Amino acid sequence: MSHHIVEFKDVCFRYPDGTEALHNLSFRIIHGESVGIIGANGSGKSTLLLHMNGYLMPTGGTVNIGDLHLTRKTRREIRKKVGIVFQNPDDQLFMPTVYDDVAFGPQNLGMDEEDVQKRVRAALDLVNCYDLINKPPHHLSNGQKSAVAIAAVMAMEPDILAMDEPAANLDPKSRRLLINLLKTFEHSKIIASHDLDLIFDVCKRCIIIREGTVAADGPSQDILTNKILLEENNLELPLSLQRR
Amino acid sequence: MAFDAQYYNVGYLDRLSYQDTFVHRLDPRTKLITTLLFLFTVISFSKYEVAALFPFLLFPAIFLTVGEIPLGFILKKVLLVSPFAIFIGIFNPLLDHGQVAILPGLTLPAGWLSFASILLKFFLTVSMALLLIATTSFPTICHALRRLGLPSIFVSQLLFLYRYIFVLGEEVMRIVRARDMRSYGRKGTEIKVFVRIAGVLFLRTVERAERIYFAMLARGYEGDMPVSKKYHLTTSDLAFALSVIVCLFIFRCYPVTQIIGNFFRGIFS
Repeated sequence: MSHHIVEFKDVCFRYPDGTEALHNLSFRIIHGESVGIIGANGSGKSTLLLHMNGYLMPTGGTVNIGDLHLTRKTRREIRKKVGIVFQNPDDQLFMPTVYDDVAFGPQNLGMDEEDVQKRVRAALDLVNCYDLINKPPHHLSNGQKSAVAIAAVMAMEPDILAMDEPAANLDPKSRRLLINLLKTFEHSKIIASHDLDLIFDVCKRCIIIREGTVAADGPSQDILTNKILLEENNLELPLSLQRR
Repeated sequence: MAFDAQYYNVGYLDRLSYQDTFVHRLDPRTKLITTLLFLFTVISFSKYEVAALFPFLLFPAIFLTVGEIPLGFILKKVLLVSPFAIFIGIFNPLLDHGQVAILPGLTLPAGWLSFASILLKFFLTVSMALLLIATTSFPTICHALRRLGLPSIFVSQLLFLYRYIFVLGEEVMRIVRARDMRSYGRKGTEIKVFVRIAGVLFLRTVERAERIYFAMLARGYEGDMPVSKKYHLTTSDLAFALSVIVCLFIFRCYPVTQIIGNFFRGIFS
């Protein structure tokens, strides 16, 4: 399928206070690709993700998701295609019970109750959290919250999955489970993270962002082993490659 | 320390409401309506009525035992708010000097009687409201309100309040701890510090609200909260509601205490 494409063409974005966050940023991600977005703090990774479903609109250049050109009119359609998982699961899980939260998206799509229940079940099964269905989010551990947040996005059945620091706050075991889970998804995946080992494990391609523009774009195998390039961007070799 | 304790206290009440007993399983709408009926019936008694109120203690007692709620916890909470009721009624004995005949040959000062009546009504209503919360999880109460026709915007406000009171509580707890750790024995509770903490908290909350709103948009939110139809009235709900209503009616319209008293007097004489 050729229509699950994410294309940024010369995207510029300036925050209202004058900070220029993105500057002539261009890349193209094709269907089924998994791409890691890395870069120093404040390099524009999160701003980039917020453009993926039209929360922020580029002040210059164009964003295309599939065959849709991002405008205020197409935002709604685009939000169905792109699921974004945020860094802090407490922001993501806003409904009072796990069921309500996972059902929120499908219910907004206007599905009837039976289909909603099926979706919720399937999404929670996917992340092995079906037992938590009636719990309120504040009774969950951080790992469980992250998993449920992913389920809530997966219940929308998005074509493209974008994640901001998915493994932050997770203990090593939960992190490993998350990595294994991510590997099973066949969606196009875009993961912004400082966890370079996670990117190395999950993503075949890697884009380095520096001062709002693409500093390097290529196979993870090449980029994440290039010590000089990484150190120029406040990064370092993935821990798994540091043992000599 | 005080803040921590209060925070965990609310958390305890919340955990109680997720137990699984007969009372917890009842449809939230039934519980809500019967509790409201109970409150109105109790309030509807005249201000010198004491004896007729005693049978109503049966309801909290049943909720408490069937719902497996610890009695001490509820009593402590009732005690905590009792000053309000006490201050409302405390001057009645001084101001109201009349005499009321309860039984032939037995009169009591009207002031004390109305004071007792206020306290009893207070105890009944507050304990019942607490028990409703302790046996019904907050989201289900909200769903019940929604299904009973409360506008969606109010219900969403309540739902968000419930969801984020705990997140906010933990945020406050972290800030208060950080303050205590660096106050070095001083109290650190000066008004200046407090104002700053409140300011920081406000800004953090605004930022969080923005992120939450974005998360909602990302999942197709268009200004209307979806309503789920998970709950169904069962026969046990109807039976429960019906028996409560019948009991309330009997307790309200017949002097049950007197009848029971007469019955026992009849046996022993």
